[in-house]
Amino acid sequence: MERVLAALGAGVLFGLGLCVSGMVNPAKVLAFLDIAGAWDPSLIVVMGGALLVALPAYRLAMGRARPLFAERFAWPTASVIDGRLIAGAALFGIGWGLVGFCPGPAIASFAFGLPKSFLFAAAMAGGAAFARLTLANHRERVAASA
Amino acid sequence: MEGFTPVPALIGGLMIGAAAALLLWLNGRIAGVSGIAWGLIARPREDSGWRLAFLGGLVLGALLYRLASGDAVMPNIEASWAAVLLGGILVGFGTQLSGGCTSGHGVCGIARLSPRSAAATLTFMASAMITVFVARHVFGA
Repeated sequence: MERVLAALGAGVLFGLGLCVSGMVNPAKVLAFLDIAGAWDPSLIVVMGGALLVALPAYRLAMGRARPLFAERFAWPTASVIDGRLIAGAALFGIGWGLVGFCPGPAIASFAFGLPKSFLFAAAMAGGAAFARLTLANHRERVAASA
Repeated sequence: MEGFTPVPALIGGLMIGAAAALLLWLNGRIAGVSGIAWGLIARPREDSGWRLAFLGGLVLGALLYRLASGDAVMPNIEASWAAVLLGGILVGFGTQLSGGCTSGHGVCGIARLSPRSAAATLTFMASAMITVFVARHVFGA
């Protein structure tokens, strides 16, 4: 129960931050990405502000054995920089640049009830499921040929 | 730089960083939205309470902002329906392939000083900027 409440609190704070910073608005995100237009550097300040807190917070957590409400930290295990990482990030960037939504703001924007938010999220789920299927098939082929 | 809003951007950024710190210190979890959402779709019966609470919190936070500000800011989605559909598919596919998005790689991964996340962040920033450049200044959309 305390884990659910902690996640709810973190989610609310995250959603508020996305709105206060303007990042829930795709037009503002696109204005950051449009370096040849009327460039709006706000997004870089948002990331800088987030890192100002997250960098020391992560550093502190990395020296500790466990979080308050769970047995252990779920640290990511992948560290390799490979074609899959770069290709995935490049495709994500194309989608982000086409619309101005990445996953966080797209979901937070449900609060505004815009039909395009819901279509974007449904398409995102479809794209993610397709990626998982493709990766599973690829692993099977690799296993079969080994 | 006409639309530049450094003060709200900084305050909002600090809030996002604090949210990531809370989720890590309390639950030991990375505040990566694509990963949290995918876990909910792929394994709905397992460990889904906190995921649902976090994603619901995102919407609730935005709703609270909307009420407090009196609809001062509405998201403006200029993209066509077809572009929204294609963009969503690419964002979903790409973030699963690379294991993260702007929050997971861009904020939490860089906070962890992960070279993998830094490489992903540089790549999606560059690819998004190229996409906007082509759409706006080559095709003039």
